[in-house]
Amino acid sequence: MSDPMRIRAQVQGSGAIVRVLMSHEMETGLRKDAAGKTIPAWHITEVTAALNGKTVLSAQWGTAIAKNPFTQFTVKGAKAGDKITISWVDNHGDKRTDEATIA
Amino acid sequence: MQTRREMMRRSAAVAALLGGAGVLPAQAQTAWNKGAFEAKGVEGVLKALGVAKPVESQDIVFTAPDIAENGAVVPIAVSTALPGVRRIAFLVEKNPTTLAGVFEFSDAVETGVGTRIKMGETSNVLAVAILGDGKVLYAQKEVKVTLGGCGG
Repeated sequence: MSDPMRIRAQVQGSGAIVRVLMSHEMETGLRKDAAGKTIPAWHITEVTAALNGKTVLSAQWGTAIAKNPFTQFTVKGAKAGDKITISWVDNHGDKRTDEATIA
Repeated sequence: MQTRREMMRRSAAVAALLGGAGVLPAQAQTAWNKGAFEAKGVEGVLKALGVAKPVESQDIVFTAPDIAENGAVVPIAVSTALPGVRRIAFLVEKNPTTLAGVFEFSDAVETGVGTRIKMGETSNVLAVAILGDGKVLYAQKEVKVTLGGCGG
């Protein structure tokens, strides 16, 4: 199981800015190891963000998203105390979901 | 008579069997647009995404560095005040995989997102916004990379 995501969600104006830092290798499948063997691709393919259980943003990612991906977006009309849930699935089928409360 | 528990166990076993045999695609693959991520070149990706030819637009605010010292981590952000933007895709013209990612927006979020991408070499980076009515707009910027983020 991978490390937890770091999620910051703060009210700003009429919405809330959500910043997410995931922990993932994001291998492209193009790099070679010391022995010259290709390291297989291993990356997050799908990300969803939900506000109080309702999906507000989703994404499909390829290998060109940087290692330990960072994403930032703004949720309209979110209030302090609302719950933000972020989930991802990688190409191995591993998944992780983390939750944060908007401050 | 079967108990509920037995039933659950059996259907889970069947599902696992089907999944293993490739009858049911693994959940991870259902929505992920493999074709678009494997497509080469900007035009190939747009074709795989099934969208029209994009038009350059001032309404797409795209921020990326002029020079990225480390191609492994290039911060980019896009935002737009245009209504009706459903999806925004990031494309890196000269990357081995042109399409970096596609973000889908609901009405509950502002149409803007920031993330970090990898770049193999100096290239144009495109932010392509796909509107609900089928219009496709883009903004682009050249990012100079002094140290590549692929291979190595």
